[in-house]
Amino acid sequence: MKPRQKRLLFIVGGMLVLAVAASFVVKAFRSNLVFFYTPTQIANGEAPHDRAFRIGGLVKQGTLKHEGVVSYFIVTDTRRDFPVSYTGILPDLFKEGRGVVAEGKLENSGVFVASEVLAKHDSNYMPPEAKAALDQAKQVEETSKTLKMN
Amino acid sequence: MNWFKYASPASFYPLAGKLIPYFAAITVVLLAIGLWISFFVAPTDFQQGEGYRIIFVHVPASWMSMFIYCVMAFWSALGLIFNTRLSGMMTQALAPTGALFAFLSLVTGSLWGKPMWGTWWVWDARLTSQLILFFLYLGYLALTSAIDDSRRRDKAGAILSLVGVVNVPIIYFSVIWWNTLHQGASVSMTKAPTMAHTMLMGMLIMALAFWGYTIAMGLKRVRCIILEREMSSEWIKKNAVE
Repeated sequence: MKPRQKRLLFIVGGMLVLAVAASFVVKAFRSNLVFFYTPTQIANGEAPHDRAFRIGGLVKQGTLKHEGVVSYFIVTDTRRDFPVSYTGILPDLFKEGRGVVAEGKLENSGVFVASEVLAKHDSNYMPPEAKAALDQAKQVEETSKTLKMN
Repeated sequence: MNWFKYASPASFYPLAGKLIPYFAAITVVLLAIGLWISFFVAPTDFQQGEGYRIIFVHVPASWMSMFIYCVMAFWSALGLIFNTRLSGMMTQALAPTGALFAFLSLVTGSLWGKPMWGTWWVWDARLTSQLILFFLYLGYLALTSAIDDSRRRDKAGAILSLVGVVNVPIIYFSVIWWNTLHQGASVSMTKAPTMAHTMLMGMLIMALAFWGYTIAMGLKRVRCIILEREMSSEWIKKNAVE
C-alpha cells in the first residue's frame, strides 16, 4: 500500500468513527435538548414539574382574550389543550391559529403562567394576494363539501 | 487537461489571477440584480410584511457559511492525503469569508428575530449549532495564526476543520431533529419550495452572488498566501525581476 492510500484509509476511518460518535451524541441530546414541549407531551407528564419550561403549539382559534395587560389564550396541538396566561406585550406575529412558544410554569390549577411569549412562524412565504386566493379556494372547497353532505 | 498541474502554487498563481476579474464581475452584476429583486420586485409577505426581506441576505449567508466549511474540510482531506501545499493555503484562504458569512447569518437572524419572534436570541438547536460553526471558524483562524511553521499549521488546521465538519449536518437537520423556535427549511432538496416564485428567484440570485464573492475573495487571498509562503522560491524571484 502506498503511503497516501494509508493516509486516505486513516482519514476515512477517522471520519467514520467521528460520525458514529456524533450520531450517538445527537441521539442522546434528542430527548434532553428540547426547546419546547407540546401539550400532549405535558399531559403525558414529560415536562418538568419543579422548574420553568416552554410550551409550544398553535394558539386555538377564538380563544384570545385580554383583561387589561393580561392576555389569556389556549395552546393546542389539536389533540390536547392548555390554557395560558401572560402579562405583557405579545409579539407582532402572534395570532390565533399561528404557532407560539411560551416560557413559564404550570400552576396547580392547570393554567400555564407564561413569563415570555415568542411567536413561532412557519416556513411559508407568499404575497397577501396569493394567501387570499388560497383561503378563498379552501372556502369554496369547504362549502362544496357541506353542500354535498346536504 | 492535466489538473494536477494546478496543484503547484507556481502554476496556480497566474491562473487564479486570470480568474479573479470574471468572478468579481459576476458578483457585482448578480448582487445588483439580486438586491433590486429583493427590495423592489419581490412582493410583501402575507404575515411578516416588509421585515421578511432580510431573508435575502440571511438565507444565502447561512448556506454559504455551511458550504464553505464543507469545502474547507474537502481541501483539508486532500492536503492530508496527498501532502499538497496548495490545499492548506486554500483552506486558510476560505476561512475568513466563511467566518464573515456565519457572522452575517447570526446578526441578520437576530435582527429579524426581535420583531418576528419577540426576542434577539434563544438557545434552540438551530441557533446554537450555527453559533458553534462561527466559533469553529474563529478557532480555525486562531489556531492557524498561532503556528509559525506552515506545514504544522496546515496539518493542525486540517484536523480541526475535518473534526468540525460533523457540525454541518447537525445545523442542517436541527430543525427536523429537535423542537426549535427556528422554522423549518422553505427550500430543500426533498420537496417543492414553500415560497412565492419571485422571492425564491431573489434568494437564489443572491446565493449565486455570494458564491461569486466567495470564489473571487478566496482566489485573491490564496494569491497573497502563495506570495507570502513561497517568497524565497525561484519562480517568484524570477517574476519579481522581470
